[in-house]
Amino acid sequence: MSEELFVQGNEACAHGAIKAGCRFFAGYPITPSTEVAEDLAGLLPKHGGSFLQMEDEIGAIGAIIGASWSGLKAMTSTSGPGFSLMQENIGYAHITETPLVIVDVQRGGPSTGQPTMPSQGDMMQVRWGSHGDYEPIALSPSSVQEFFDFTVKAFNLAEKYRIPVILAVDEVIGHMREKITIPDNVDIIKRMMPKESSDQFNMDNPYLPFKSDENGTPPMATFGDGYNIPVTGLTHNEKGYPDSSDPKAHENLITRLCNKILNNREEIVSTHESFCDDADTIVISYGAPVRSVFTAVELARKEGLKVGSIKIDTPWPFPETQIFKAAESAKNLIVVEMNLGQMVHEVERIIGMVDGNKPNVHLIGKIGGELHKPDEILSKIKEGFS
Amino acid sequence: MRTELRIAGFGGQGVILAGIIVGKAASLFDGINTVQTQSYGPETRGGASKTEVVLCDDEIHYPKVISPDILVAMSHEALIAYISDMKDGGTLIIDPDMINESEIADFVKKHNIKLHRAKVTKTAENEIGLRIVANIVMIGAISKITQVISHDATKEAILDSVPPGTEKKNIQAFEAGYAMDGN
Amino acid sequence: MTEKNVNSNNKNIQTNENPFMKYLRKDRLPNIFCAGCGNGIVMNIFFKGMESADIDFDTLALVSGIGCSSRIPGYVKCDSLHTTHGRAITFATGLKVGNPDLNVVVFTGDGDAASIGGNHLIHGARKNINITVICVNNNIYGMTGGQISPTSPKGSFGTTAPYGARDKPFNLAELVSTAGATYVSRWTTVHPLQLSKSIKKALLNPGFSFVEIVSQCPTYFGRKNKLRTPVDMINAFKENSANIRKAAKMDEEELVGKIVVGEYVNNSRKELTENVRDLSVEQCCRNLAIKSAYQDKFED
Repeated sequence: MSEELFVQGNEACAHGAIKAGCRFFAGYPITPSTEVAEDLAGLLPKHGGSFLQMEDEIGAIGAIIGASWSGLKAMTSTSGPGFSLMQENIGYAHITETPLVIVDVQRGGPSTGQPTMPSQGDMMQVRWGSHGDYEPIALSPSSVQEFFDFTVKAFNLAEKYRIPVILAVDEVIGHMREKITIPDNVDIIKRMMPKESSDQFNMDNPYLPFKSDENGTPPMATFGDGYNIPVTGLTHNEKGYPDSSDPKAHENLITRLCNKILNNREEIVSTHESFCDDADTIVISYGAPVRSVFTAVELARKEGLKVGSIKIDTPWPFPETQIFKAAESAKNLIVVEMNLGQMVHEVERIIGMVDGNKPNVHLIGKIGGELHKPDEILSKIKEGFS
Repeated sequence: MRTELRIAGFGGQGVILAGIIVGKAASLFDGINTVQTQSYGPETRGGASKTEVVLCDDEIHYPKVISPDILVAMSHEALIAYISDMKDGGTLIIDPDMINESEIADFVKKHNIKLHRAKVTKTAENEIGLRIVANIVMIGAISKITQVISHDATKEAILDSVPPGTEKKNIQAFEAGYAMDGN
Repeated sequence: MTEKNVNSNNKNIQTNENPFMKYLRKDRLPNIFCAGCGNGIVMNIFFKGMESADIDFDTLALVSGIGCSSRIPGYVKCDSLHTTHGRAITFATGLKVGNPDLNVVVFTGDGDAASIGGNHLIHGARKNINITVICVNNNIYGMTGGQISPTSPKGSFGTTAPYGARDKPFNLAELVSTAGATYVSRWTTVHPLQLSKSIKKALLNPGFSFVEIVSQCPTYFGRKNKLRTPVDMINAFKENSANIRKAAKMDEEELVGKIVVGEYVNNSRKELTENVRDLSVEQCCRNLAIKSAYQDKFED
């Protein structure tokens, strides 16, 4: 039986995690994400799962990486300051190909900033926060139901590509309440075991834990099953052995890690286009601002203005094809985000690829903790038609 | 039709819970699209506290209140803080024992506000014997006066939200509020 | 231990190979440790303790951070996590709670455990998570070339203390005892017998076990501190070690420069994994899910 609840986004996330099969959570209290931890502290023991409150966010992400290698789906949740602390181990999860889900309920920053106010100021930290080259996957829900759905999706993507997946949420979605439907069953992508059993391997025929399949992602054996996996944050070969000074070894590994995402970009990326076909102006947004944009676009259409919108579900990898198409067809692109301009740089990068007439790009950035009002967006839209 | 409701009071009056119950009643039991939001942080400890509920038959995009159709004020400080952006002709419900009406008389007249009085704190104290259920009495008054949430849905939402063992007192409180004439 | 791990036994006899060679990834040898480094002794002693504790090698999971001793797990033919600097205990905590059947052992050093990882060390001890931490304390940062560490004795020299260390060093065994570990001991690399017994006890203790091994770094600590050869360092350990029982009777002056060795704590209290499991049993009448990432159906 499916179930209907009237809950906060953060609570919906906790329910999504349970439904997706998450059985381990480690975290540290931080506003405005704490409800995710609080709800999982209640839910996990009822589902044979473990909840740990750690000494800090570095400990939290360390514990979930360990739990992931023990064979569990694992998650943590945090906000900007804690997300900053996690960055080194996020890089570790990338290079060791550890499936994880990390929820970042964004608040105003930098530093302690505005603990209770919404922001989308971490979008570039989600992309580039750890050192070195890597390709993250990030999802940004725009409703409480989507926070549930995207949490399930995040676990599936994490397992499929063996990667930490970030839920880049804003405080508006984290704290507002809406009705959600929890379906009886959700689609689950389970972790892929190696095809061979561990006793088929010996010194002459070693198990290669980091040898990828045809899609670029290796199956994942678990600790305690006799595969004897050496996992290291050092650059390593297919055996998992450190090989940190051979330039070729590093290039091979990191290129494969990036390509397993980039080569599957079209499958990972998700956007929703509305009224774009005849649109002179297309408004691009993600997360809570989508809600204001939809209202603004409806108002504009009522006034007869040819306006469309693109809602981005997956800021990373960036939906290049979809934005390119919009950049080719529209005269104006408006990016609406709760920061002083982050994803707008990606839009500008894509516009740079357009031959011939390039559209104008406008940013409606906003900081301070108030969601854009539909009127603010509508008046910017109208400027493009005057 | 989109209806925007704001409930405000001081911290500890159960204002946020009132918003959650209204949202739950509308969304889960009356089947209306609903978004509930609230102010967070130091604001909610002491000082003025508020919650907002947007209700609509169609999908709700912009989730916050732009200009409330209904303002419910349980304290004078909250009333003064949150009255200014009310819609002309909107509905204002106040607890007269908590409020100095003379301060808003001009505003009410000028903006053609429909003013209702619900003595929820006194009712909670005298009829139920529990001051802390004033918020539930107020939910009864909201249901009766505004009709945005039905009697039965609200009752179910209350039963779904209050701690076990407190159901009886809370339903009593709700019915006491629902019985008010609002004048 | 399963058969495949002892399949080289016959060969050992023929070649006079170290009996513990079967536990190593031979294709990774030689290791990166300097001549005279204590890490080789530590590995030998660990395997001895592990065998006498009758630990199933297939259940062994070694976890480490960054530093010379943190490289030990990578040479051992078992599951291992070579993690980030200071954080090994947090990874080990997730691994152990995620699958309590694993025997989780952390190899760490003084810089890794007591400096950058100090917070995780004391919280691991406080929570009494059932893992064993083997801290190879050489009083210096070896991997980065000889900087002083939080255990460097007052007056000792390092590249970042050219005029001698001035801060008070941590007494790790005491720190971890105070933080709540249920087994704590300290020995040096000149106490192999006591150490392997200690490691056996640590592995069998159902709680947070901490074995501090005072070890030599002739390359950096020795050279900087007039103990030029491994032998000089070993001799210094012999001369300066005082058993904890004797030390209890010594006054402060006598204790200056002494390495107080022995068992600091050996008691029991409920450990973290057990608490987490009990909560699950209490709330849903079943044990913790194991390896459930490989399922696509979950019990409600």
